[in-house]
Amino acid sequence: MSAPNTKFDPVEVAALAEPEIARQVQDALSAIAGAGDLDALKQVRLAVAGDRSPLALANREIGALPPSARKDAGQRVGAARGEVARALAARQQVLEAERDARVLVEEAVDVTLPVDRTPRGARHPLELIAERIADVFVAMGWEVAEGPELEAEWFNFDALNFDPDHPARQMQDTFFVDPPSSGLVLRTHTSPVQARALLERGVPVYVCVPGKTFRTDELDATHTPVFHQVEGLAVDEGLTMAHLRGTLDHFARAMFGPAAVTRWRPSFFPFTEPSAEFDLGCFVCPGPTGPDGPDPACRTCGGTGWIEWGGCGMVNPNVLLACGVDPDRYTGFAFGMGLERTLMFRHGIADMRDMVEGDARFSLHYGMDL
Amino acid sequence: MRVPLPWMGEYVALPDGARGAEVAAALVTVGLEEEGVHGGGVAGPLVVGRVVEFVDEPQKNGKVIRWCQVDVGAEHNGVGGSPRGIVCGAHNFVSGDLVVVSLPGAVLPVVPGGFTITARKTYGHVSDGMICSAAELGLGADHDGIIRLVEWGHADAQVGSDAIALLGLGEETIEVNVTPDRGYALSVRGVAREYSHATGAVFTDPALIDVPKPEDDGFPVQLSDQAPIRGVAGCDRYVARIVRGVNASGPSPAWMQRRLEQAGMRAISLAVDVTNYVMLALGQPLHAFDLDRLAAPIVVRRARLGERLTTLDDVDRLLDAEDLLITDTGGERVLALAGVMGGESSEVNAATTDVLIEAAHFDAITVARTARRHKLSTEASKRFERGVDHELADRAAELAVRLLVEYGGGADHVVTGPATDADERVAQPPIEMDAALPARIVGVDYTTQDVVTGLETIGCRVDRVSDGPGAGTVIVTPPSWRPDLRRGVDLAEEVARLRGYAAIPSVLPIAPPGRGLSHAQRARRSVARALAEHGLVEVLTYPFVAPEVDDLFGLPADDARRRAVRLANPLSDEQPLLRTWLLPTLLDALRRNVSRGSTDLALFEIGMVTRPDGPLGVAPRLPLAVRPSEEELSTLRGAVPPQPRHVAVVLTGQRGLAGWSGAGRPADWADGVESALLVGRTVGVELGVSADVHAPWHPGRCARLALAGVTVGHAGELHPTVLTALGLPPRTCAAELDLDAVIAASSGIRRAVPVSTFPVAKEDVALVVDAAVPAGEVAAALREGGGELLESVRLFDVYVGPQLPDGKKSLAFSLRMRAPDRTLTSAETARVRDAAVALAAERHGAVLRG
Repeated sequence: MSAPNTKFDPVEVAALAEPEIARQVQDALSAIAGAGDLDALKQVRLAVAGDRSPLALANREIGALPPSARKDAGQRVGAARGEVARALAARQQVLEAERDARVLVEEAVDVTLPVDRTPRGARHPLELIAERIADVFVAMGWEVAEGPELEAEWFNFDALNFDPDHPARQMQDTFFVDPPSSGLVLRTHTSPVQARALLERGVPVYVCVPGKTFRTDELDATHTPVFHQVEGLAVDEGLTMAHLRGTLDHFARAMFGPAAVTRWRPSFFPFTEPSAEFDLGCFVCPGPTGPDGPDPACRTCGGTGWIEWGGCGMVNPNVLLACGVDPDRYTGFAFGMGLERTLMFRHGIADMRDMVEGDARFSLHYGMDL
Repeated sequence: MRVPLPWMGEYVALPDGARGAEVAAALVTVGLEEEGVHGGGVAGPLVVGRVVEFVDEPQKNGKVIRWCQVDVGAEHNGVGGSPRGIVCGAHNFVSGDLVVVSLPGAVLPVVPGGFTITARKTYGHVSDGMICSAAELGLGADHDGIIRLVEWGHADAQVGSDAIALLGLGEETIEVNVTPDRGYALSVRGVAREYSHATGAVFTDPALIDVPKPEDDGFPVQLSDQAPIRGVAGCDRYVARIVRGVNASGPSPAWMQRRLEQAGMRAISLAVDVTNYVMLALGQPLHAFDLDRLAAPIVVRRARLGERLTTLDDVDRLLDAEDLLITDTGGERVLALAGVMGGESSEVNAATTDVLIEAAHFDAITVARTARRHKLSTEASKRFERGVDHELADRAAELAVRLLVEYGGGADHVVTGPATDADERVAQPPIEMDAALPARIVGVDYTTQDVVTGLETIGCRVDRVSDGPGAGTVIVTPPSWRPDLRRGVDLAEEVARLRGYAAIPSVLPIAPPGRGLSHAQRARRSVARALAEHGLVEVLTYPFVAPEVDDLFGLPADDARRRAVRLANPLSDEQPLLRTWLLPTLLDALRRNVSRGSTDLALFEIGMVTRPDGPLGVAPRLPLAVRPSEEELSTLRGAVPPQPRHVAVVLTGQRGLAGWSGAGRPADWADGVESALLVGRTVGVELGVSADVHAPWHPGRCARLALAGVTVGHAGELHPTVLTALGLPPRTCAAELDLDAVIAASSGIRRAVPVSTFPVAKEDVALVVDAAVPAGEVAAALREGGGELLESVRLFDVYVGPQLPDGKKSLAFSLRMRAPDRTLTSAETARVRDAAVALAAERHGAVLRG
């Protein structure tokens, strides 16, 4: 390096000559352009813009110039270094973008690999359908009532007008508690909750009652000793069978779509009078309203167009009396259906045993909603 | 009730060519549910054949088939009149037997639409037809093997003759389900009447026949009920008719036998068949006694202490004082259980020529109790229990007498004796009904005329009381065959039924505004959903358990879970108890899943358990249609044992599946505890965790879960001995909680906790404690010592090893500190940390690790 030109001699410094600067810039730019990757560019940066780069060294020579020449030389070197720096930055950006693109390619995975690291859970479809049904009634302003599964005989039978000597009571295939003198049974239907709801809530009352029920049936494809029902009870002034029909029609449409139709057949239950069985028009085949009628080979309705669904009727005055409700002022209706059956025909389940054996695969198929 | 159509057609005008399905469909509309249509569906050629000879041929599949040569008559036999070769799988016949042969082209009703018989090659022969069983002909399934016509009363059938006519196979029988309020429909008469109601077809009552007047010298009968049930005499009418010189044990005519068979009864002898035939026709059960074996007078009375009777089913029965009996010799000798079954001593036998026909009206409850007490449900008891037309007795007896005379030897030989009719019936008061009641109940604007017409159609007498407001009042006397009609609503149903339920409009009622699901109902849904989303699968199990599970699970002698309710009539004698907790049945489900090849399983169940809190109480028996007093209700409710809802979880195998991304993670005790804590957190309740020894958990890996110090459940790994005994994989984990208790603790409205936006200060501390000190308690001490500024304490490492003294462990905690209103200074942070560590040191001897 030249010594400071304190004497203001007009010394010529070769490194600061204009052609020399231009050459250095040209060399730097071609080195930058020649850098193939970020590492090479790093080396180039050191060489062309580092402390020992020709332009940096040239910069130091400025002091050797007479004061009158310093400004001019300084501008020249500054512009040259600026141009090199811009070229470096631009090249850096290009190379980084290239590297980023390459990394994304390298990081690609096989997205069809199994992603089952978190175990999958599920609700039981019987519980799901019970909740779904309850939601339909809650949406109408009804409430959900509950009661014990091991129940006093009075609630299960007598309150519901089942005479101890009437054959209807024997037809319920009841599980009795030992000793029988305890007067306890496993409830044979959800209907004892009708009596409990009337006694506890008073009138008017609009409740639906999902729950577990028990009868001494052996388990087979279409029977299970432990099953589920949903019951509905409405007691108010002025309720008629027309309101019962309206409720069941709405319920059927909520569960099976706007085209669902129902049919009633006269029947008998001790706790309702009049009583009816109600059928759902088959929703799998063209059903009873189809232009050519039901499909004779339909497995869901057996070719009849109708699927037996449940029982219903107007609450027997004796039930109202047993619950302290004046049957001259209030009338009511009740209905009930089996959830296993409903699930079977709604989803085409062929064998009831699948629902009760606790096989996880059965529940997993349905996930979290029906 | 099975009703052969031709029989029904004698009482009601069926359309020409009416099919069973159409008739059954009409009956459905008035409340007789279709159970099936039998018979019909058979098309010829179906002929009588005689098995000439056969060879038993064992087959590779283990079966032995019979290669039979069957003579089916000149018209149908093979070339040159040779018998037809037929392969048959049944073995219940011998050479020479008359059988029913369906020839190629015949159609059998074994499948919907019919199955056409062809000559086909099978078992190395061409089977040129089929020898038929009863099931194949639609005659019911309760016969083994093929039909041997000799057993069907057709020993004289002509070979080659038409078997369709012979067996009445062209005739259809409809089967309807009769609800227990309609005893009258357990008869062809009743079903025919209902068909008339359904269609308007003309009904002709077969019971409207002339009956001879009772005479003083009829067989003496005394009705002597000393102990009526509910004030109703056990027998209010007893008709006795005498027929002498009848061939009682001879066969009944073929047409009667066929009808009995079609109706599902076996033909036995003339006397028995006639009584059954009349019962099926009219609905009045009859009994035939051997007159020679009776000693007057017959007395109808209740049983005496210690009396016995051997009934016709050859069972010697000890009688109950409530049993109503038919006795003779002035009450000394027991003949029969009234309305249920006769006794052997007076049975009609091969030598009987003189019979006494009994047609009585017995009280439904008396018969129901006797039938139930003796587990003896008979055709007679079924009808009496459901109510028999009290006007029928003399007519049914007369019809039976006429048939006995006609088919038991004819009027020249058979003589009838004087009739007895002990009649002590009490007239039932008519029903007074507001004529507007049916409209009020049904929601259809029936006029008073609609109501009157409807009720008259079903046989009621209706008197109108013209004055009075509104529709006025009607006085209704139900017909004798409808004892089920007792109140206005019963009549309303009849009006609605006859007009058709299809006429009822559809009107959606507006319920008062509801409150939605209760807190507990919503909380249960949340818990179930949270567990499912946590990767657990919900299953449902039966609540029946074996007493042995208590020992199998190692429950201590005084464990409350041993106090189970026992069923008197369990489905399986091995499992008579109701579960007191969920794990035994849930683990059973787990085992089933494992046995079906699943290895990585996480199941949960939410369900009620029965937890009697002492000896079982007695739920009082209270009357119908009367509201119990508050005290009675309280006793009733109190007698029902508590049934809390529990939630249980079981886990086995891998919790995180092994795979391309790394090794799996086996389910362990912590998954059990985590599930339990999840249940609490889902409903906003933090369960306390502490170590416990509690069967059936591993004594060193069992967490007690508590709320305010009260145990609500346990979680952890199950005891290896229990797992071995249950046949479950090692290291299976489980949790069970009293869900009701957890949810009860969650009720109420939770207050907000402000969310601080100031920066967090973090400090890690490693504390050395005795190895036996529970980490949870150290963490609790830190939390308490740190106070409100200590936002969270999280254990991130547990170290035991050479750098520590024996019996010590190092617990490394990460502390996060934050104030709601300012940035903490480093001095404050240090104070919080020191206070936290100080309490841990004080409580558990914790020393900061250098």
